[in-house]
Amino acid sequence: MPEVLSAPLVVEFPFTRSLGPVQSAFLTGLRERVVLGVRTTDGRTLVPPVEYDPVTAEEIRDLVEVAPTGTVTTWAWNHAPRRGQPLTTPFAWVLVRLDGADTALLHALDAPGPDAVRTGMRVRVRWAAERTGAITDIACFEPYEGEAVAPGGHSGAFADPLTGIVAPARLDYTYSPGRAQSAYIHALSERRTVGERCPSCRKVYVPPRGACPTCGVATAEQVEVGPRGTVTTFCIVNIKAAHTANLDIEVPYVYAHIALDGADLALHARIGGIPYDQVRMGLRVEPVWTEGARYPDHYRPTGEPDADYETYKELL
Amino acid sequence: MTSEEAPGPRDIAVVAFAQTDHRRSTAESSEVEMVMPVLHDVLAQTGLRTADIGFTCSGSSDYLAGRAFSFTLALDGVGAWPPISESHVEMDGAWALYEAWTKLLTGDADTALVYSYGKCSPGLVRDVLTRQLDPYYVAPLWPDAVALAALQAQALMDAGLTDERALAAVGARSRADATANPHAQLKGRIPQGDHVVRPLRTGDCPPIGDGAAAVILAAGERARRLCARPAWIRGVDHRIEAHALGVRDLTDSPSTRLAAERAGAFERPVDTAELHAPFSSQEVVLRRALRLDDSVCVNPSGGALAANPVMAAGLIRIGEAAARIHRGASDRALAHATSGPCLQQNLVAVLEGDPR
Repeated sequence: MPEVLSAPLVVEFPFTRSLGPVQSAFLTGLRERVVLGVRTTDGRTLVPPVEYDPVTAEEIRDLVEVAPTGTVTTWAWNHAPRRGQPLTTPFAWVLVRLDGADTALLHALDAPGPDAVRTGMRVRVRWAAERTGAITDIACFEPYEGEAVAPGGHSGAFADPLTGIVAPARLDYTYSPGRAQSAYIHALSERRTVGERCPSCRKVYVPPRGACPTCGVATAEQVEVGPRGTVTTFCIVNIKAAHTANLDIEVPYVYAHIALDGADLALHARIGGIPYDQVRMGLRVEPVWTEGARYPDHYRPTGEPDADYETYKELL
Repeated sequence: MTSEEAPGPRDIAVVAFAQTDHRRSTAESSEVEMVMPVLHDVLAQTGLRTADIGFTCSGSSDYLAGRAFSFTLALDGVGAWPPISESHVEMDGAWALYEAWTKLLTGDADTALVYSYGKCSPGLVRDVLTRQLDPYYVAPLWPDAVALAALQAQALMDAGLTDERALAAVGARSRADATANPHAQLKGRIPQGDHVVRPLRTGDCPPIGDGAAAVILAAGERARRLCARPAWIRGVDHRIEAHALGVRDLTDSPSTRLAAERAGAFERPVDTAELHAPFSSQEVVLRRALRLDDSVCVNPSGGALAANPVMAAGLIRIGEAAARIHRGASDRALAHATSGPCLQQNLVAVLEGDPR
C-alpha cells in the first residue's frame, strides 16, 4: 500500500456579522471606554449584555453603564498562551463581575503568576491603545487595589454606533485523505487514473473514496481506467473564473462529465481544443497534462467517432 | 390492542452497539473508511442489511474535519441507494439518537441506524472548539476548551466541592476501569502530569483521539427478535444552559438535572451511570446534579477520560450503558451526553433490561 498522504490545510474566514441594538451599544461603548450592561425586568444587570432575557426570553434593551472595576468570580492560570488569545505572556483566564453588574464577563488577567491571583480579587479594565469596537478593546484586566470607580451614567446612545463587526477566524489542519484517495492521488502523480471496484455490485468508482455508496461496503480492488473517456453531459460556462489559478481560462468554456473508459462514475473536467459550441454528448476525449501539474489541465477530443448513446446512458 | 384503545407510546430499545478502537490518529483512514467497520458490526449483530433500516441519523462536525458537508462523504458507508430516510445533526451522536428515537416513536420507522464519528487528529481540537462559542464576546478571545473547563474546576474548588486530589482520583479510577475496555485510548496508570490550564492537569483532561460508534434502535417485538436482552429506552430528554458562561453557576448543572427528571431517571435508582464528562471536574458536577451516590457504578468503561472522540463520545455513553444491559451486567442504567463548553448542553437517557 502506498504511503498515506497528508498536507497542511488552512481554513480562514472573516465572518462579517451584524449587530443588534444591544450588542451595537456594548461594542461601540468599548471603543469609547464605556462598559454597558443591560437590565432585565427583574432588575438584574447583565454584562456582557444580551438582547433577550436568559430566564424569560423577553426582549430587553435597557442599557446601563457599569464600572471598569470588578471582582474575579473564578480563574484559571494559562501558562502557555495560544494563538489569538489576549496576551502572549502567561496570564489568568478570569470571569469578572464588574461593579454594578450581576453577571460575569470572560477575559484575561495580566498577573505575575498564579500566586498573585485568587477568586474575590479586585481588578480593573486595561484598555487597548487602539480600539475598534470589539471585545478585544479590553486588552485585559489588571490587579487593582484602589477605590471602586463609579460608572459614568452613559445612556448607551452614541453618535456613530457600530452596526457590524468582522470576526476573523483561522484554523490549521493537517489533511489526510485516507487510504483510497491517497492511492488515487499517488496514481495521478504517474499520470494514471485508478478507481476502485465494489466487490458487491462490481461498479468502478472514480475517484475512489473507499466505499461503494450504493452497497455501503468497502471497496479495495484497484482498477486503472482511462485515459480516454466519453463526454456524458456538459454545460457552457459564461462567467469568468474569480480564482487567480484560473484567470487565464477564457469564457465561454465547457465543463463536462467524462466517463473514463472502464469507470462507472463520471468525473468532471474542462473541455479544450474544440470550439465551445461543438462539444456534444458522446464526444471522445483524452487528458491534456501540463508540465508539473498534479491532474489533467483539461480534456481534448481524440478524433475518434462519437460513442454510441447506449454505451454511456447508464452514466448520465 | 383493540381498536378502541388509544395506542400508547412504543417501546424502543438499543439492540446493538459497536465502536472503533480510539486512537490518537487515524490518518490512514478517511471518515468513511473509519466509520464503515462499526456500521457493518452493528448490522452483523442484528442480521439486518442496510436496506432493512427504516431511518438513518448521524452526528459529526465539519469543524473537526476542516471541510464543509464532510458528513455527506461518510454517507457512502450506509449504502444510500436506493434512497433512504436519513438525517444528520451537527452535534454529538447522542442527539442523533434522540432524533432517531423520536422518529421511531412516531411509528414512521421500526428500526434506526445511528452513528457518529470524530477525527480530532487533523486539527487542534482545543482551538477548533472555540468556534462554537459566542462569536461577539467570547470567540475573539480564543479561550480553548481546557481553559473553560479549568474555570469551572476552580469554581468547584472555591465552593469546597472538590480539590486537586479528588480530581486526580476521578482520572485514576477512570483509566483503571478502562483497562477492561479494549477500545479505550488511555488506560492503566497514567501520571497526573503537569498543569495544562491550572487547576486542571493532564490527568484531568481527556485524550485527543479519533473514533466512531454506531447503534441500532428497534421498536417493540422487532427489538426482541433482534436482541436477546434489549436495552429499552424509558426516556430521553435534553436541555441547555444560558449561552453566556458568566450568567451560569458553573458548579451546578440544572439542565442535566431537569433532563434527568424528564427522562424519568429519578423515579427509581439506577445501577449504572455512563457520564460524558471529558474533564474530571465535570464528573463532580454531574454526580451532584444526578444525585448519584457510591452505590452507582459510574463510567465502568473509563468514560471520556479514557477515550474522547469528539461527537461520538456521548453516543458511546449510551452504547456502553446499553451493552451492559445486553450482557446482563445492568438492569437500569443512566446515560448522559454533553456538548458545548462547561457542560452547556446535556442529554440524559434511561435504559432498562427486561426483569430477570
